[in-house]
Amino acid sequence: MKSLFATLALTTALTLPGLAMARPVTLTTTLNNYGGDGAYLALYVTDASGAYVGSLWMAGGKSKYYEHLGDWHRATGGDTGQVNGITGASVGAGRTLEITLDLADALFDAGYTLHIDAAVEDMRDSPNEVAVPLTTEGAGTPVQGRRYIASFAYDM
Amino acid sequence: MIRALHRWPGLLALALLTVLSLSGAALSVFPAADRIAAPQAEAGLTIAALADRIQAVYPGVEQIRRSPSGRITAYWFEQGAPGAAVIDPATGEGVASADPNQVERWLTNLHRSLFLGDGGRMAMAAGAAAMLVLSLTGAALVARRTGGWRHWFAALRGPLAGRLHVEIARVAVVGLVLSSATALWMTASTFDLLPDGGAMPAAPAAVSGETGFAPGRMPMLWQTPIAELRELSFPYPGDATDVFTLKTDRGTGYLDQGDGALLTWADLTAWERVSETIYMLHTGQGAATLGLVLGLMALGVPAMGATGVLVWLAGRRGRPRIRGNQTAGRAETILLVGSEGGSTWGFAATLHAALTQAGQSVHVGPMSGFAPKRYAAARRIILLAATYGDGAAPASAKGFLDRLNACDRAPDIPMAVLGFGDRSFPAYCAFAKDVAAAAQAKGWPQLLPPGTIDRQSPQDFARWGRGLGDVLGLDLELSHQPVQPHMTTLTLVSRRDYGAEVQAPTAILRFALPRVSLWQRLRAGGFARFQAGDLIGILPEGGAVPRLYSLASGRRDGFVEIVVKKHPGGLCSGQLMALEPGDTVAAFLRRNAGFRPGRSRAPLILIGAGTGIGPLAGFVRGNTRGRPLHLFFGMRHPDSDFFYGEEFPGWQDEGRLTRLVTAVSRGARPNYVQDALRGEAAQVVELIRNGGRVMVCGGRDMAAGVADALADILAPAGLTPSLLKAEGRYVEDVY
Repeated sequence: MKSLFATLALTTALTLPGLAMARPVTLTTTLNNYGGDGAYLALYVTDASGAYVGSLWMAGGKSKYYEHLGDWHRATGGDTGQVNGITGASVGAGRTLEITLDLADALFDAGYTLHIDAAVEDMRDSPNEVAVPLTTEGAGTPVQGRRYIASFAYDM
Repeated sequence: MIRALHRWPGLLALALLTVLSLSGAALSVFPAADRIAAPQAEAGLTIAALADRIQAVYPGVEQIRRSPSGRITAYWFEQGAPGAAVIDPATGEGVASADPNQVERWLTNLHRSLFLGDGGRMAMAAGAAAMLVLSLTGAALVARRTGGWRHWFAALRGPLAGRLHVEIARVAVVGLVLSSATALWMTASTFDLLPDGGAMPAAPAAVSGETGFAPGRMPMLWQTPIAELRELSFPYPGDATDVFTLKTDRGTGYLDQGDGALLTWADLTAWERVSETIYMLHTGQGAATLGLVLGLMALGVPAMGATGVLVWLAGRRGRPRIRGNQTAGRAETILLVGSEGGSTWGFAATLHAALTQAGQSVHVGPMSGFAPKRYAAARRIILLAATYGDGAAPASAKGFLDRLNACDRAPDIPMAVLGFGDRSFPAYCAFAKDVAAAAQAKGWPQLLPPGTIDRQSPQDFARWGRGLGDVLGLDLELSHQPVQPHMTTLTLVSRRDYGAEVQAPTAILRFALPRVSLWQRLRAGGFARFQAGDLIGILPEGGAVPRLYSLASGRRDGFVEIVVKKHPGGLCSGQLMALEPGDTVAAFLRRNAGFRPGRSRAPLILIGAGTGIGPLAGFVRGNTRGRPLHLFFGMRHPDSDFFYGEEFPGWQDEGRLTRLVTAVSRGARPNYVQDALRGEAAQVVELIRNGGRVMVCGGRDMAAGVADALADILAPAGLTPSLLKAEGRYVEDVY
């Protein structure tokens, strides 16, 4: 289990007191067969006003390509410190990325949105490929991405 | 040192480099194909006009990209589904699929990482580093071999594999250095070792908050020609805070979607520019022609790998193990070898074996190990010195002259120098001459006057050995075989007998062309390739030393032919003369590159007597291009030993032989071939003035007589045989 609690706790503690409660959440991202090399994916959260809160996962190891994850890059200024320790390999076409994190209860049903930016070499960058509000009812409901993601769901 | 730095990376990285170069060559085709296939924009088209056209066709357009080949791709989102197409800039309409080419993608992944991720990338980077080392050390070796950088394209001699290796290398090396150096840069960039990341403009502080300003009206887009475009991204529909993002060859900027104003801009950094240029040079994207040239050059890598391995194997084979080598301290005779490719070691081994057999204790070592103080028991020092390139010391003699000059005084032990070289080079045996001069300057006593061996001639070596034997009081017979020969069985097809009447039984023996293995054909080894004038060695039954015979035919003639005279008591000639059609004999082929007519069309004066006519007749038979050939042929009597007498009239009719002059030595007025030359003095001078070449084949006495006659004939014209020899226009095959 990848513990993300600390990161998010830091970034959200100021605005949301009392998020001592956290639970494991599994994020499942399945890519379609888009016919290209492995995709870079950035999973991150924004608050109700659209401001960046923190990153959950970065699939793709070479930071020089992060600029192609347009929204994430603009929000963070390309700061690799945001994904230190939560970086993995890029995800091949047709493959599934499954990660389990401890997420604070306070992130749910409070206007937060989970975003995924995607990019594939020599293909169209796809910032905001997925944007789903984090709600307890929404858990387990798959959503489709715009270009590369066949389905994304978070399960609690 | 340089050679070792060239050899081992080459052998180790051979497979990797083959994959790299073949995939690279295949990839080099794509940018050019792209360039041809992509619809190009008309001159003067601006980004604004293009964006308008595309938006008219695809209202949901999100991004427009232009690749360095000029291909324009648009991406859009309509009715919840993404779309993409290659766009014809004249109409804004999609004309082809924008999906990446799967073959190119597969090749790219093979080329950069062997499908093995970062580990594969590092392996391929190591391959590129090996390629760079090979290119640089190879260039240094070529410069050394040709005698300096200024002689980079000088003519080459030597075995085919080595020649091919250098011929390809000196053309391809530029491309290989470029490709491998840029590959290393790109790998460093991929692994974030270079500060060449993209500089993004600062996020705009404020936007107008309006939407709907058509890109076709934006001044920035009006001012920028399409050729500079890389990418134009449209704002999210409905998000008034979003902006247009424009990337051009100069930098990146944000444009307001409400009024078209340029909000912020960042130029490309110097590092980015360098990296992009390097990317272009490596991939050919944006420089398609260069890419094709580099791809072609990369194709030379597998060929150089194959020839390089052959050169290495030949060098290993050519360097024999010295059996029973004495230590330097106990040997009476010290043999020091200065060899580059290893062939001189073979001569040293032969000399070592012969001296050892004669009861001497002999030490063989490299000239670079020269240490006179260690030679406690030595009574003579013999230096066998090849020359590298334009007179440089060969690899195993590096530092010899420095060591000699550093001595207070030369050793008291008498020494002899034998130089190995190629007379057709101006610096013939130059290193050996330097050594001899340095020895003389030091007052080193001489055992023998300096000798030379032209093009590894076994005959020269045998002759020098007899001279050494005389000085040592030994009967020294040096029969040198550079490479342990591969014996081939030859079957006699026919024989023509001559000379019985003049007590000199002689026969023209014709053997069937032997079967040649594929491996021999690839290496052009054995009987896979031979020409008239090459030698075949025949090991007689019960004999230890092979006898060499000049070939009177080439491979193209379809048979193997020699002229053999029976020597009284001769073991080999006796056995050959006893052969009947269908009988077989074991033989090997030895090239005789020094005795070839060459491809020039200059007149050729062929002079031979007795069995020496063999290779000369072969030259005539092979002269299908009508080169002027003048043959001087000395025989005993036309009725008894006029070899090829039946063929000559036909060859003359066919234009293969211009003129035949015969000299008959038995009879009322004995006439030798040198007399015949004197009789034709005016024509001989005329031919030589017109660039003619002289080739002499036969016994030593005849050759000496011919040289005297030519000296007399040429003197009025201000020419001498030695001058012609120095120019490579006078060659002898003497036995």
